[in-house]
Amino acid sequence: MKSVSFAIGRLTAALSAVGLGVALASAAFADVVGQPTDGAIDLQPAASQIRRDVAIFHNHILLPIIVAITLLVAGLLVICIVRFNSRANPVPARWSHNTPIEIAWTVIPVLILMFIAIFSFKLLFEEHDMPRPYMTVKVTGRQWNWDYEYPDQKIGAYTSSVLSRDDAKARGLPYLLAVDAPMMAPVGKVVRVQVTGEDVIHSFSVPAFGIKIDAVPGRLNETWFKSDRTGVFYGQCSQLCGLNHSMMPIQVDVVSQPQFDAWVASKAPPAASLALAAPAAALAAAPAAAAAAR
Amino acid sequence: MANVADVHERSAIAEPHAGYGAHGTPGFFTRWFLSTNHKDIGTLYIIFAIQAGIVGALLSGLIRWELAYPGVQLFVHGSWLDKLGLIEASNHGYTVVVTAHALTMIFFMIMPAMIGGFGNWFVPLMIGAPDMAFPRMNNISFWMLVASWAMLLTSMFVDGGPGKGFGGGWTMYPPLSTSGHTGPAMDCVILSVHLAGASSILGAINFITTIFNMRAPGMTLHRMPLFVWSILVTVFMLLLALPVLAGAMTMLFTDRNFGTHFFDAAGGGDPLMYQHLFWFFGHPEVYILIIPGFGMISHIVSTFSKKPVFGYLAMAYAMVAIGFLGFIVWAHHMFTVGMSVNLQAYFIAATMVIAVPTGVKVFSWIATMWGGSLEFKTPMLWAIGFIFLFTVGGVTGVVLANAGIDYSLHDTYYVVAHFHYVLSLGAVFAIFGGFYYWFEKMWGVRYNEFLGTVHFWLTFVGVNVVFFPQHFLGLQGMPRRTVDYPVAFSYWNNVSSIGYAITFVGLLVFLIVLVEAAVRRRPARANPWGVGATTLEWTLPSPPPFHQFNELPVIRADSH
Repeated sequence: MKSVSFAIGRLTAALSAVGLGVALASAAFADVVGQPTDGAIDLQPAASQIRRDVAIFHNHILLPIIVAITLLVAGLLVICIVRFNSRANPVPARWSHNTPIEIAWTVIPVLILMFIAIFSFKLLFEEHDMPRPYMTVKVTGRQWNWDYEYPDQKIGAYTSSVLSRDDAKARGLPYLLAVDAPMMAPVGKVVRVQVTGEDVIHSFSVPAFGIKIDAVPGRLNETWFKSDRTGVFYGQCSQLCGLNHSMMPIQVDVVSQPQFDAWVASKAPPAASLALAAPAAALAAAPAAAAAAR
Repeated sequence: MANVADVHERSAIAEPHAGYGAHGTPGFFTRWFLSTNHKDIGTLYIIFAIQAGIVGALLSGLIRWELAYPGVQLFVHGSWLDKLGLIEASNHGYTVVVTAHALTMIFFMIMPAMIGGFGNWFVPLMIGAPDMAFPRMNNISFWMLVASWAMLLTSMFVDGGPGKGFGGGWTMYPPLSTSGHTGPAMDCVILSVHLAGASSILGAINFITTIFNMRAPGMTLHRMPLFVWSILVTVFMLLLALPVLAGAMTMLFTDRNFGTHFFDAAGGGDPLMYQHLFWFFGHPEVYILIIPGFGMISHIVSTFSKKPVFGYLAMAYAMVAIGFLGFIVWAHHMFTVGMSVNLQAYFIAATMVIAVPTGVKVFSWIATMWGGSLEFKTPMLWAIGFIFLFTVGGVTGVVLANAGIDYSLHDTYYVVAHFHYVLSLGAVFAIFGGFYYWFEKMWGVRYNEFLGTVHFWLTFVGVNVVFFPQHFLGLQGMPRRTVDYPVAFSYWNNVSSIGYAITFVGLLVFLIVLVEAAVRRRPARANPWGVGATTLEWTLPSPPPFHQFNELPVIRADSH
């Protein structure tokens, strides 16, 4: 029974992986980098230096330490079970003190934690040390979609909602991740994200950039990212916000600077957009931009 | 721990309890509904915790059923749940179930079992006291909890606003719990939490008074069994943390019903103020759930190693340290709310410090076993399982303490896996360990060792299959509390749900253990565990007489 269910699970995983491959090919997207992978056991791939540092901290510092500690405890338990069971050791010892070892298992963890803290604080301050931003995007969370506004480009707020199951299927995009109007950002530029909530608390999260910041009514929170590659990056609302909490994903399309400029132009007032009609049409082939320009 | 020689000496004193029979035990109604006897109230608490635990386990079954495959299968119109009609079959119904599962397990399963159940039963026995300091207050503590439970259950079946019941999570963050849930369901939850809180505060006062004033002659604080120490630390935390929760709940209540704006930004309030108040209670609360388990595990490990607890004083003061630190780390639950970076740095450092006393405890348990003569009776299996699983949950806690990583893992299934490893696998394993350890003492009959072992192994395998894959889901970014998920999270969710099925079979075996023991009625021994069991409760017959220690035992030495 169990093995059958496992087999079904694996089959589902394989099928969905194939389906995803087809979807990617048919969607002709440059690259969908920021999304979960079925059956994966690690962090999503990084698309920014910050997230790479997060991954290094997790994979190369924390993970080895916690695995080593867990194995140490497990190993000691196994030794106790094997060597000190009542058959192997019928007469129990009576000691219950050993000051040197008590000092050791107090001091050594302190040293390990201090070692972790060095990297942890370095990462924390790196994450909060925003370089001079190229642009600002104001994000407003509401039940159950997101508004994106670009004050620097004078682009007013537009609403970004989840694609319905049928729409997502028709376009070959992942349901509960893909949206109708993604947030746009140029590659290699520092994007400041200001986040607030309209009704209840939401949380703006893009795993590939390692960012997550709550959208709290009455507060303007801030984070930033600098994507070092173009592509589509998915995230999901990460604070319980009511019954459709699962249905307000985040999609960030990171495009090249010319594509971004063209998108900005397409969003500009009609007079300006007329002048730019030709390049905009040429770039309409980039579906990400086209989708957003609707 | 009391000296063995002394215990034998004392048991001569403790024996002639026949005299108590003269008073007679009260009739059924008086005994169980107007009870002032700490053992009877403890039994009531344990029965209460078992039924709440079954409800909570069934609720988590609905969650795992729904999440077994992507798409919405259960919480949707036309499913069997919809036809059943008890719980609303909608996205809202799912969050109601998640909320009720958490509140049930925390307030109505773990706390009543550990503090109300084992605490009431064994604190007076272990310190050589005839009863709790305030027997009538003890009774009202229990019945307030029943009323509180009734309020929580009621909340699931009345209008919440978006649908039937309150679906804002056990954290009850405003504005979702104020403007987001306009119906009376949330008011029921608030009153339920108020009642549970008042019940726990009364219980805490009772325990503190009992432990400070009613110890037998010679039972100094530093000779107290570690379980009593653990309860002492726990009830102090309850006494300090719960009033803060009560304040936050009252403010929510007035925000909802009387037009105040404590947590309403539009009126000059601050939703984050609620989170600070809640977690000032909430973080101590999670230690309240686990610390009594620390005490029980120490006794079990020592008993079945036939060796005194290693580093008794360090063990006691590690719990005190954890209790203290528990109050100064709360905002590590709030790394993503937009706190100043320096504040976050403080909470990282403070949180990681907790790993030190926790490490002392884990290594001391192992040192207790080291050189011992281990017997793998059912309670010991649970205890060894506890040490390993609590370690796994502990180290992922160290990961989450780092805000830099927490931005990637906060509110994902990594957090769910972490707190279930320390609670569902830590606290619950401790409860089952204690339950089997004191089974004969409490119920006067023996459990079946084979069935107990089967129960342990099914549960051990099951919960690991449930929760270990959730680390992977969290690393991949799957958010908590969502009724549906992208197909890319299918595989590990499927595995996790299979784990639930295994665990559920384990739960059924547990019920079989109870029935089998009740039917076969093998008479209990006063001390089934032999020389390793050195605390006072083993000097009494099983079950102990209705009133014990009419003449107080005298403790002359300690064994540590």
